[in-house]
Amino acid sequence: MKFREEYRDGEAAALLAAEIARTVTKPWTLMEVCGGQTHSIVRYGIDTLLPPKVTLVHGPGCPVCVTPVEYVDKAIEIALRPETILCSFGDMLRVPGSHSDLFAAKSRGGDVRIVYSPLDALAIAKAEPARELVFFAVGFETTAPANAMLAWRAKQEGIGNLSLLVSHVLVPPAMRAILDGLDSRIQGFLAAGHVCTVMGTREYEPIAARYHVPIVATGFEPIDILEGVLMCVRQLEEGRAEVENQYRRIVRRDGNEAALKLMSQVFAVIPRRWRGIGDIAGSGLGLAPAYAHFDAEHRFGAVSTHDEAAGECISGQVLRGVMKPPDCPAFGTRCTPEHPLGVTMVSSEGACAAYYRYRGLAPAKEPVA
Amino acid sequence: MTEGDPLIRTGQVDFGGVVKTINLAFAPEAGIGSYVIVHVGFAIAVIDEAEARRVFDHLREIGERLDAEEAGGAEA
Repeated sequence: MKFREEYRDGEAAALLAAEIARTVTKPWTLMEVCGGQTHSIVRYGIDTLLPPKVTLVHGPGCPVCVTPVEYVDKAIEIALRPETILCSFGDMLRVPGSHSDLFAAKSRGGDVRIVYSPLDALAIAKAEPARELVFFAVGFETTAPANAMLAWRAKQEGIGNLSLLVSHVLVPPAMRAILDGLDSRIQGFLAAGHVCTVMGTREYEPIAARYHVPIVATGFEPIDILEGVLMCVRQLEEGRAEVENQYRRIVRRDGNEAALKLMSQVFAVIPRRWRGIGDIAGSGLGLAPAYAHFDAEHRFGAVSTHDEAAGECISGQVLRGVMKPPDCPAFGTRCTPEHPLGVTMVSSEGACAAYYRYRGLAPAKEPVA
Repeated sequence: MTEGDPLIRTGQVDFGGVVKTINLAFAPEAGIGSYVIVHVGFAIAVIDEAEARRVFDHLREIGERLDAEEAGGAEA
């Protein structure tokens, strides 16, 4: 068993789809939180296997998409300074700031380097002690332990020329914000498997109880997603609202102890603005006071928040599951991955990019009201 | 795998033929032959192989029930 191909088996998928159809008696709307799940759903046509009564809407689980525009602007400003090296994961480079993106900064002579792991940035900082290395630390809980490790190692090893521009976000506060929204239609969640790998599932229990929504920690392969939908729909049909774990081969209720320990030393929970959504209390991670010295905002000036100019892009509604990409009049015409109007078309985890790549210009399965 | 400080322990992980050095700080239980989930250069979980097979038991149950229902329907 390699734990991959088996979870893409067509017969197994058909069996789960038949069981979902047999279970469903009423219409239900579920949100998958993670951009990786969105891609799997659109790529494998999982939504088309489901009975018409089950609607999947896509959530805010694309870290690049929700990074505030002012952080992109700050990264560009830092990258263009002569003494700096700006290291980032590759998918941030084409994300538009107010006027430009990191690729453009690179072409204008900024030293922008794509790294695979935060520890690659540590190696670069050590190799080039005369330069200031800034790592653009973006992501959800899944990436936070790795980025925490970069700060921890820099402190342990006394690396003076390294700092982090931190724009980390947390999923549960965003789920609450979506459920609090007056336009929310969400009746159940497929929680993001790898976020739960780090954090566990315990923190979802108060959300399930308070909003009376089932929450099922779910993996990324087609069989995982179909089983997650089945578990969620069974709860809804039975009137239950519990936290369940479909992804038990990976996720434990208490999460990853070693990762959580390091994160709690390096990071502190802070308010955070989400691009396209707005300010959400307690929804971000910033460096803890003991690591303030490694904060790029201390070295290069604080990020100033400003409101993004309203345009044609509906990515805010897409990120909250209110609209689907093909509902947008610009989708595939005035907005394409080559000429994106918004982040959800740029990132490999964005819902608009997934529809464009795998569905072309075909309309959504059902129009979303 | 390297020995010593658990926070800087690394191991060689085979991604279907491509072998990379991966940090094992967040997978202290990982050993030789473990299947791990890797994210940005770090193993963040060791796959529980018994649990991995459970979904296929669930599928077998569903298949048997659907077959039984179809057979029941044909008789009625």
